Amino acid sequence: MPARIIESNEKRAEHVVVDPITIDIIENAIANTRHEMDAVLQRTAMSPGIREQKDTFPLITDPDGKMIVGQFGSFVQGFLENYKGVIEEGTIFLLNDPYSCEGAISHLNDWLTLMPIYHGGMLVGWSAMFGHMTDTGGREPSSLPYGAREIFEEGIQIPPVKIIEKGKLDEEMLKLILRNCRMPHWNRSDLMGLIASVKTSGRRICEIIDRFGVDTYLSVLRELLGRNRRAMSRIIASAVPEEKSCFEDYVDDDGQGTGPFKIACSMWREGDRVIFDFDGTDCQSNGSINFFLNEAIFKMFFGALMIKLFDPDIVYNDGFYDLVEVRIPKNSILSPRRPAAVSCRGHVAGRIFDVLHGLLGQSAPDALCAAGFSDSPHFIYYGRHADGRWFQLYQIGFGGIPARPRGDGFDGHALWPDFTSVPNEFLETYFPLRIERYESIPDSGGAGKHRGGNGLSVAYRILQPGEISIHDDRWLTYPWGVKGGAPGARGSKLLVRADGSREWLPAKCERVAVEPDDVLYFNTWGGGGWGNPLERSPDRVALEVRQGLITTEGAHRYGVVLQENLTVDKEATAALRAEMTARRPASDELFNRGGTLDEILARCKSETSLEPPRRPGI
Amino acid sequence: MEPTQASTYRLGVDAGGTFTDLIIIDNNTGEIQRAKVPSTPEDPSSAVLDGIELICRKYNVNPGTITQILHGTTVATNSLVMRNGARVGLVTTQGYRQILHVARSQVPGGIGGWVIWDRLEPLASLEMTVEARERIGTEGQVLVPLDEAGIRRKLEHLADAGIEALTISLINAYTNPTHERQIRDIAHALMPGIPVSISSEVLPEMQEYERTVTTVVNSYVHPVISRYLRNLKDRLTEQTSSASLHILRSDGGLMSGDLAAQSPVNLLLSGPAGGVTGSLWVARQIGLENILTFDMGGTSTDVSMIKDGVPQTRRETSVGEVSVRAPSIDVRSVGAGGGSIAYVPELTKALRVGPRSAGAVPGPAAYGRGGKEPTVTDACVVLGYLPDTLKLGETLEIDRPAAEKAVGQIATALDISLKEAAEGIISIVTENMLGALRLASVVQGVDPRDFALMAFGGAGPMFANQLARLLSCWPAIVPPGPGVLCAYGAATTRMRSEASQTFVRRIDHTCDEEVAGLLKKLAQAASADLANAGSEPSELETIYQTDVRYVGQGNHITLEFDSETFHRGGLQNVVQGFDDRHDQLFTFVLDEPHELVNLRAIVQGPAPKVSLPEAARSNGDPVRACIQESTIHIRGEDLTTPIYDRALLHAEDRVPGPAIIHEMDATTLILPEHVGEVDRFGNIIINPLI
Repeated sequence: MPARIIESNEKRAEHVVVDPITIDIIENAIANTRHEMDAVLQRTAMSPGIREQKDTFPLITDPDGKMIVGQFGSFVQGFLENYKGVIEEGTIFLLNDPYSCEGAISHLNDWLTLMPIYHGGMLVGWSAMFGHMTDTGGREPSSLPYGAREIFEEGIQIPPVKIIEKGKLDEEMLKLILRNCRMPHWNRSDLMGLIASVKTSGRRICEIIDRFGVDTYLSVLRELLGRNRRAMSRIIASAVPEEKSCFEDYVDDDGQGTGPFKIACSMWREGDRVIFDFDGTDCQSNGSINFFLNEAIFKMFFGALMIKLFDPDIVYNDGFYDLVEVRIPKNSILSPRRPAAVSCRGHVAGRIFDVLHGLLGQSAPDALCAAGFSDSPHFIYYGRHADGRWFQLYQIGFGGIPARPRGDGFDGHALWPDFTSVPNEFLETYFPLRIERYESIPDSGGAGKHRGGNGLSVAYRILQPGEISIHDDRWLTYPWGVKGGAPGARGSKLLVRADGSREWLPAKCERVAVEPDDVLYFNTWGGGGWGNPLERSPDRVALEVRQGLITTEGAHRYGVVLQENLTVDKEATAALRAEMTARRPASDELFNRGGTLDEILARCKSETSLEPPRRPGI
Repeated sequence: MEPTQASTYRLGVDAGGTFTDLIIIDNNTGEIQRAKVPSTPEDPSSAVLDGIELICRKYNVNPGTITQILHGTTVATNSLVMRNGARVGLVTTQGYRQILHVARSQVPGGIGGWVIWDRLEPLASLEMTVEARERIGTEGQVLVPLDEAGIRRKLEHLADAGIEALTISLINAYTNPTHERQIRDIAHALMPGIPVSISSEVLPEMQEYERTVTTVVNSYVHPVISRYLRNLKDRLTEQTSSASLHILRSDGGLMSGDLAAQSPVNLLLSGPAGGVTGSLWVARQIGLENILTFDMGGTSTDVSMIKDGVPQTRRETSVGEVSVRAPSIDVRSVGAGGGSIAYVPELTKALRVGPRSAGAVPGPAAYGRGGKEPTVTDACVVLGYLPDTLKLGETLEIDRPAAEKAVGQIATALDISLKEAAEGIISIVTENMLGALRLASVVQGVDPRDFALMAFGGAGPMFANQLARLLSCWPAIVPPGPGVLCAYGAATTRMRSEASQTFVRRIDHTCDEEVAGLLKKLAQAASADLANAGSEPSELETIYQTDVRYVGQGNHITLEFDSETFHRGGLQNVVQGFDDRHDQLFTFVLDEPHELVNLRAIVQGPAPKVSLPEAARSNGDPVRACIQESTIHIRGEDLTTPIYDRALLHAEDRVPGPAIIHEMDATTLILPEHVGEVDRFGNIIINPLI
């Protein structure tokens, strides 16, 4: 660790044996602190992305930077390994440069504040919070340029700097940074919220230590990490086989006409350790969809998913990290070389979850979910109000949650944890647009015993001249179904001009000029289905037809025929199901991808009206 | 009570899960009497009527002289929790049929949360949701006129499908209610008798999902509440002839029974509000301004903050997973109560308590109703805090061996002693409640050490001392009779009405006169409601609220002014107040313009005259009340501990800890190194011995 940490108190904490009850009390107290961090930021932030959509991630670690509570793993260790300066009490660091922290944050929009927590002059932990800024400069409004080839085009790069030193905010540096952003008052307010949030958690941790003593507190952190490690080691032993399983999935293109990019991964267990090897993953893109995959964050993806699948009571922290080994080939799309562009890394990041499900589900089919989780579609619209004021909207989209062993996927819900939508009445009030339709797309969820969630269709009527950018994927490859379930429908983007002409826009495009009364139909994809659709209750299918979630024709995919009053025609249904059962293969493939990649590419133009991408490296 | 010729009475009623408590107050003297009858959950109005009969007979009161009946009710809450409300039809703007189905798109639970989430169906089902062809703009302009013929056909379909209530919630209707009203007229003509709620009346504020869900909840509980209130009123009229019925709102104000029936969404937390307003009243009697209330029942604990004599309110009401925009006392709930079940997950070997609860059935193992799993109550029995030598309520025997067997499961799983396991359960549940108290205090930017703790509910007095010790909020107060406290709450609070409107405007783009004019209008509207309910205009007090934020923020801070202060200080006062509060809550202020979001006028009737009955005085020695001795286990030690009967304690008695004070429906634990003093109103005031 090249960073030099200054502690005025030379005393070292001693390990003490702590009774299990005190451990649980401190665990709860730290968890409450984390929730308070979220609350402080969301109440003060200004950009809709942080405020409404909760694109923020809190973290509290032990003195070594190991996550005790948080969501996306620790950002601190990546920082500590790269930071070469002095760390002392009263400092809050700001950074957004993925290449300065081993990818602990993955694009420049994510501004990360980090604070060492001191108690009585001794370093007792770190608090960190990051939030996605609507704009951080660079060549495109919202700072997510598909056309970028280098990170220099993506906005201002902030290596770890002391935005607060000895308790004092560096206004000069902040001035310089904000001058490089298009929405400086949002950045400023959001940054103040981030700082307030880490300060709050620092205070709370000190209060906990006042109550229990520093020796007890730090011993408890070790025990919490140990608890998690013991639990995860059992889960890994029971859920991950020694035999190698392999899976691959794709990100359709990079917005520059190249794709699909393959993410390949194999997984196996050696003793109580699990190994993930991404050998076979395609090389880095010339565009900006590269995802600098931080090992710690991947481990957290894996751990969090295992816990949810196998024992949701476990609190996840960094304790199990040495049980997981991650091998990522250099210069691949998961480990790009600086200065490769990385701003639009969300598609690859999201696809990692589908890959994990595909891997884990092979050895534990009862825990197998279909595909469609996750990505984070964006709609960006900017220009000037009638009175000349600049406006800039960055909005996260939603889609079909995949079908799960537990039941159906959800229609039009968030593909990232805890995100929420921005109220349409709010958007209409502050941006020159009208949202004329906001509903899920019938039949877009993959058919199955458990139905995949429907994708969402949002119709934006443009009211002021401006430009739009679209960030989405799964327009080409399907969100696959499992165990006999059908794939979900793919996404599409249709722009109907004021004169009635129609243009199918690519899923990834930027700077598309729009005029008043153009209408954009932003249609996301559906989740894959789970299990044989012929086993779905016909009454349930009929109900969903009446609800408008499935069409009458769509009901046929479940072998269900309806009468005119939209109730089940029992006889016709029995006949159709018998006929369909006879046509089905004797046993279902575990995964249904809707055809091979070659077949999908061959059908691309006729089905999507868009040119197929060029294969990478070809 | 010696009724004089001119005596008239007000009557407070709290219908709890187990008991229905009543108090009757002489309007002239302020004198109070109490009564208690078993609740009748299948029809709560029965117990209310039984109770009225009993209390009148007992104290020789002519029912005809009761002028007001003041009532906190959980009927709306229960209907929502049990999901047995009305079959609601919903009309939305075209393109928004799935507004409740898609909701705010949030999947809770963090990474992987979607894998295990079970989503509840919306309260208005999608097949009972229809779209109207119409569109209103953000400035209230009609962009697409209403297609009346189209919506009439769809409403006919809903009527045929047998809806029991109808909600109309259209996009941007908060800026222009015309279309919602037109559709309501059509619905009234088509389906007379079906109650219709429209979003522009129930909640004329921005945010389509929140406005819709709030209006739908209003429809959902409407039939059950109006049925209940009608029954109650009819039978009360028979019994008492002239009494008017008032219901406690979630925000702690009273509203007339008729208004309550129209906007039942305001009653969802009527029950807990009674506890808070009752605490407020008790606090006033003993001269305290800052109180954290702590109401621990069987399955959950509700906490709230009273600061400078004012209960903190918020703009949302949450019941289980349903959250609506209706004002309520800011009550934070955690799933921690006497019935909370303790368990040890196999993988982590951590001790967890709740949120699963044994509920009333089967209940804790110690209640001998078939419960086998270890609960918080069982841990209290094992430690001797709930002595098995005394009955709970009138009849309930404590089965100590059953409690030991249940808690023994935890001891085995953790490989510790029985008493260590029981103390562990107590510590964990205490920590969970502490989390809720912190949310209600520290997170709001106040220091709990400036507050006293008021404990009630069946299990509150057991934990009062311990929580006060951890939070350093002294004294801990245990008022007499937990249910009575809620009845006091209903009987001692004021009539309240409010009117609000969304007014999104930069403060530098409006002026004092414009805002003052709007607030005055709102105050007039709110006063009219109270005047109709019989209040004298001269007795009314008006408070203005402004919701303010920095331009660009999504959340606002609510600032409150009495009307005079507002008219004197104007908007400059608002700006200053906002910056101060923002700094206090979040440690920074911004150099950004300020924006008004909502304006609100709250009008309150006069405070009623009530005086608390005073307990008999003593020489300070509680020995007369000591009914037995027992052994309890605290912090690893067995201690011989006296048990007192609360009914025998007198004012000025000093009870040193450790001690147990027993009463019919609650047990108070006083820890070693602490002392409980009985004040002249019968409250137990617990403080540390220096």
